[in-house]
Amino acid sequence: MLAYIIRRVLYMVPTLFGMSLIAFMIIQLPPGDYLTSLLSTMADGGQNLDEATIARLRSQYGLDQPVYVQYLVWITGILTRGDFGYSFEWNQPVSTLIWERMGSTLLISLASLFLVWAISLPIGIYSAVRRHSFGDHAFTFLGFIGLAVPNFILALTLMYVGYRFFGQSVGGIFSPQYADAPWSMAKFLDMLSHMWIPLIVIAMSGTAAMIRVLRANLSDELSRPYVVTARAKGLPEYKVILKYPVRIALNPFVSSIGWVLPDLVSGVTITAIVLNLPTAGPLLLRALVGQDMYLAGSFILLMGVLTLVGMLISDILLAVLDPRIRFN
Amino acid sequence: MRDTMLSVRNLSLDFHLRTHILHAVRDVSFDLRRGKTLCLVGESGSGKSVTARALMRIIDKPGRLVGGQILLDGPDGVVDIAALPERGREILALRGGRIGLVFQEPMSSLSPVHTVGSQIMEAIRQHRKLSKKDARVRAADLLRQVEIPDPERMLDRYTFEFSGGMRQRAMIAMALACDPDILIADEPTTALDVTTQAEILDLIRRLQQERGMAMLLITHDMGVVAETADDVAVMRYGRIVENGPVDRIFHAPTHPYTRQLLDATMKLERGAAGSPATALFEAKAVEPVISVRGLTKSYGSVGKIFGFGSGNGGALKAVDNVDFDLYPGESLGIVGESGSGKTTLGRLVLRITEPTSGRITYRTAEGREIDVTDLNKAELRAYHRDVRLIFQDPFASLNPRMTVRQIIADPLLVSGKMTDQQAGEKVAELLKMVGLDPLAMERYPHAFSGGQRQRIGIARALALEPRVIIADEATSALDVSIRSQILDLLLSIRQRLGLSFLFISHDISVVRYFCDRVVVMHKGHIVETGDAETICTDPSAPYTRRLISSVPNPDPRNKRMLHRMRASS
Repeated sequence: MLAYIIRRVLYMVPTLFGMSLIAFMIIQLPPGDYLTSLLSTMADGGQNLDEATIARLRSQYGLDQPVYVQYLVWITGILTRGDFGYSFEWNQPVSTLIWERMGSTLLISLASLFLVWAISLPIGIYSAVRRHSFGDHAFTFLGFIGLAVPNFILALTLMYVGYRFFGQSVGGIFSPQYADAPWSMAKFLDMLSHMWIPLIVIAMSGTAAMIRVLRANLSDELSRPYVVTARAKGLPEYKVILKYPVRIALNPFVSSIGWVLPDLVSGVTITAIVLNLPTAGPLLLRALVGQDMYLAGSFILLMGVLTLVGMLISDILLAVLDPRIRFN
Repeated sequence: MRDTMLSVRNLSLDFHLRTHILHAVRDVSFDLRRGKTLCLVGESGSGKSVTARALMRIIDKPGRLVGGQILLDGPDGVVDIAALPERGREILALRGGRIGLVFQEPMSSLSPVHTVGSQIMEAIRQHRKLSKKDARVRAADLLRQVEIPDPERMLDRYTFEFSGGMRQRAMIAMALACDPDILIADEPTTALDVTTQAEILDLIRRLQQERGMAMLLITHDMGVVAETADDVAVMRYGRIVENGPVDRIFHAPTHPYTRQLLDATMKLERGAAGSPATALFEAKAVEPVISVRGLTKSYGSVGKIFGFGSGNGGALKAVDNVDFDLYPGESLGIVGESGSGKTTLGRLVLRITEPTSGRITYRTAEGREIDVTDLNKAELRAYHRDVRLIFQDPFASLNPRMTVRQIIADPLLVSGKMTDQQAGEKVAELLKMVGLDPLAMERYPHAFSGGQRQRIGIARALALEPRVIIADEATSALDVSIRSQILDLLLSIRQRLGLSFLFISHDISVVRYFCDRVVVMHKGHIVETGDAETICTDPSAPYTRRLISSVPNPDPRNKRMLHRMRASS
């Protein structure tokens, strides 16, 4: 098991290297660089810089160097000093910006992941065991609505409901008065009252998808011979189902950890913008639009790392859960 | 104490399907006696498995018990199981407590994610008030009784670490965990090799006699019936057509269906003496079509990337240095247990699997010799037109979304030699050849039974007018009577078209019926090669003798298995 984990971690090294290359290449792809986009913004505002200043800025930012030099400077900074470069637009080191955002992103991701599990597990089991019953059809209907409704519309609707009927301050994860306050019980409660909208919105489609996956998997497993074996032992029905087929149908639940992190960062950007959530998505979007290359590149790289870590965690959990994986 | 442990009276089961009600079981009556075995015989779909499970009230949806009594004798008098509430505590106490169940799929009848020990201990603790520690001791004792070596350690193993035979033993241990009075064994050995089958049947028999259990054994194999039964009930279309002591059923059957079943079995047993197989092939003066020399396939010798895994030097040799010749018009049987490498051998000859070393020489119709191991992709395709494969599973080997016409014409159209209309005519001709109505060609595979599907598979193999056919367990998924029909079909086709067959099977009686010569494989090696008749009646290699003597004999007066030869290990 330990050897397996070490091997997996070692495999991550070349993958990460490739990912850093691709991340850097992607942010170089659009024509121009941060300066050109900055200059055009300034030109729109009527300001013009002389050639000398532009050249000075260019060399100051390192933009006059060839691409591979820029890459090497960036990657050595990360590897040796944990320095992800400097955000042109925010005039701050990238690392400070990112850590701020990553915390809230992780918090929302994990909370919504648990919400997805908590809702879809019982419903999925119910739907599979009572297939084609009224309850199953009702949940299926709701599930498809959840899949079909665009997240941002749901977000807008819930914000309206929250503001209009509950008189809540909506958007963000804190009310204005708590934003800079130190942690207290009141601040925590305030956070909870803000969190329910993003959690429901983000968990909605995941839950619907997970119910379908669990229902399909469990339906297959329910007709397996080992279920008959368990019945023939004299186990009561609920024990038969929970202990054997459900246990085996759980694998996709665990695998979902792997894809939920990247999905939350990139997939729900629009929702995060609508809800004014301080997560990574909106920041990344702005960095890409403004060609703030070190910020964007670092974000993409970090998301790659998160994906790999998520996959690793889910693979390890799968191996713990399922001896067939552990032994092969 | 009464002699009869359980008696079933007029049991009827219905399946409520979407369009109609299927009467799966009708008015079935039989008795299970203490210490005696009743064999329930019938072909697939006859209702024998549902009947057996109904005794424990395990009836899959949409099945329903609609009438009859299941009377179980007990310490507090007779209980009618059919009248108990479906999910009541009495039923749960009976299941595993008084009636144990062992069934077919040893691969999937135990949970893959729980240890063998935990599954057995669960069965024990469900009915007995024992501490975990005591349950573990008892579970180990049970494993010892079913002859699993090193039971203490095996308790912590998972089922996928067990062989098929070991799993079936573990399953039996679980069924016997609470000393039931009745054991239901539903095709307990169908998925096992003959030698393993013989061991498991021995074991069940011994345990039954030690415990004086009544047993209901379900099987489709008349050989197994003859070896194990005291009484026999023959089932067809949900009814018991004939019921009686085993000797009378075998030697004085009254119902025509029983006779038909026995005839189909005996025909194979009599073997080549009654079949035209020997007449087909004589001369060895001719050059072989396919000749294989030193063929070897080893797995797992490649070093792992990053070098972390357990770098074992000794690679597993699935096929080890195999030589044989296949002559034109000959049918060569390849016999062996699972894991003997016979299927790999077939795949190597087709080069679906790449051989590690060795030569395969193919002689074309024009007499040119080709080294198959050297062919490039295009040449390999031409080779595959001449050498074709018939699969084992008639259900999985036909694409359910294609009509029969599309399935059979596919190789014709792929080879690009025919127009659509010509292909249609050819398909009709092929269907007639395999004994199907050409009008059936627009239908989809699901409309056909297993035997008919295998005929379609054969027609597909014949479409390109091959010279050699490799049949990998082509008849093992079929019922006895269908099996002999398909074998007769293959024989007549072979005669008419002068084909050579490489006939891979674990079933010795089938090989004896169909083949001229037989190659016996064991652990990747060829143990013995010779005439089919000689191999089956007077084999010289010790392994072959052991194998042949493990085949159940369909004659209750001559139980071969009891006197069989055992491995000397």
